Amino acid sequence: MSEQTTAVREATAKKTVRFEIQRQDTPDSKPYWESFEIDYRPNMNVISALMEIRRNPVNAEGKKTTPVNWDMNCLEEVCGACSMVINGRPRQSCTALIDQLTQPIRLEPMRTFPVVRDLIVDREFMFDSLKRVKAWIPIDGTYDLGDGPRMPERKRQWAYELSKCMTCGVCLEACPNVNDKTNFIGPALISQVRLFNSHPTGAMNRDERLETLMADGGIGECGNSQNCVVACPKGIPLTTSIAAMNRATTVQMFKNFFGSDHMVD
Amino acid sequence: MSRESDFYLRRLHSLLGIIPVGLFVTQHLVVNHFATRGEEAFNNASNFMGNLPFVLFLEWFVIYIPLMFHAFYGVYIAFTAKNNVQRYGTFRNWMFLLQRVTGVFLVIFIAWHIYETRIQKALGTEVNFDMMHDILSNPFMLVFYILGVISATFHLANGLWSFCVTWGIAQSPRSQTIVSYITIIAFLVLSVIGVQALLAFV
Repeated sequence: MSEQTTAVREATAKKTVRFEIQRQDTPDSKPYWESFEIDYRPNMNVISALMEIRRNPVNAEGKKTTPVNWDMNCLEEVCGACSMVINGRPRQSCTALIDQLTQPIRLEPMRTFPVVRDLIVDREFMFDSLKRVKAWIPIDGTYDLGDGPRMPERKRQWAYELSKCMTCGVCLEACPNVNDKTNFIGPALISQVRLFNSHPTGAMNRDERLETLMADGGIGECGNSQNCVVACPKGIPLTTSIAAMNRATTVQMFKNFFGSDHMVD
Repeated sequence: MSRESDFYLRRLHSLLGIIPVGLFVTQHLVVNHFATRGEEAFNNASNFMGNLPFVLFLEWFVIYIPLMFHAFYGVYIAFTAKNNVQRYGTFRNWMFLLQRVTGVFLVIFIAWHIYETRIQKALGTEVNFDMMHDILSNPFMLVFYILGVISATFHLANGLWSFCVTWGIAQSPRSQTIVSYITIIAFLVLSVIGVQALLAFV
């Protein structure tokens, strides 16, 4: 290779970012790979690169193509909408900085969920599961119920860590037991039960939440691979939550069978 | 089988793996260790175990029924996982994979082992030191049995860890790490006991 071509190659390598994106036109069509090469700018993230592709949808072969579709919302890693598999790992594309990624950057949708188009997936399964486990605190009555019990400040600080969950689906994508053959609701949902059962008012429905964990697709499906806690972008102690709920469901199981005056509290 | 009962089946699967199957495996390996004291010591121990009162009842309720449930439900669990150690090469993810690989291998190994020993006994052959000597003098069978014993001790030790997590005994990351170390020691000790006994037959 002559010196000149090496120099040219280095110059272009410095100026462009290469992408390999797994695309899918409709929910039922076959996925295919398409490469893109875009101009480098300082401080780019995957989303600003995808915006660049949308601005000028031409692939690496110079052919005009359809713009790549993706989902996004907050752009500060608190909503979870822009989650996708980047270089093999599920994460948020808003905090995936180009400077820190090996090229070509491979983007795939999180196939644990149904793909809507290109990188957009439908996470409705998780939102349905949130309803199933009653991931809220019921405060409505037919009259003013007044103040609830006080929550110790240190417990509030501890529970805040669990409340950082944004239902992004990364832990479900990382879990070997969330797939087509099981209906495991996933690590995030188990941690949500722990969060709402820890709240003094939420604890008034703790047995109902535990019953949902002991039903179809619940905590029994966990196989302790502990990938979830490694994958979680918010650093939520998911495996500790799972073990805590394992203990709570064990106690609930004995209460259900042998009987107890403390079914609720 | 209704999927609604999955939680209870999983808990039963976890419990039976330790009590009685895990306890039986430990007892079995310890009794085998008599082989290191010579042919007569092993034959005495083997006769004692084989002629316990109510031996058929003990065999069915302490071994066969729990073992069959654990094995067949375990195969179902193993084949519903979508392993991804390429993506997450962590210690626990490897243990998750190995637990399933050793489990499936043990179904094959134990089926063969029961055919060669217990079923032959039922057909009139005497189970003694010579029988094991004949089996293990074949180098292929020796390797197969060593792999079987190490798979069993690994599956038991790692199963003991996941039992502690599944039943909510070890909750904090620290306690789970300590249980990991304890189960690694259990794996090493049981493996040495098991393999020493096998080599004593050769």
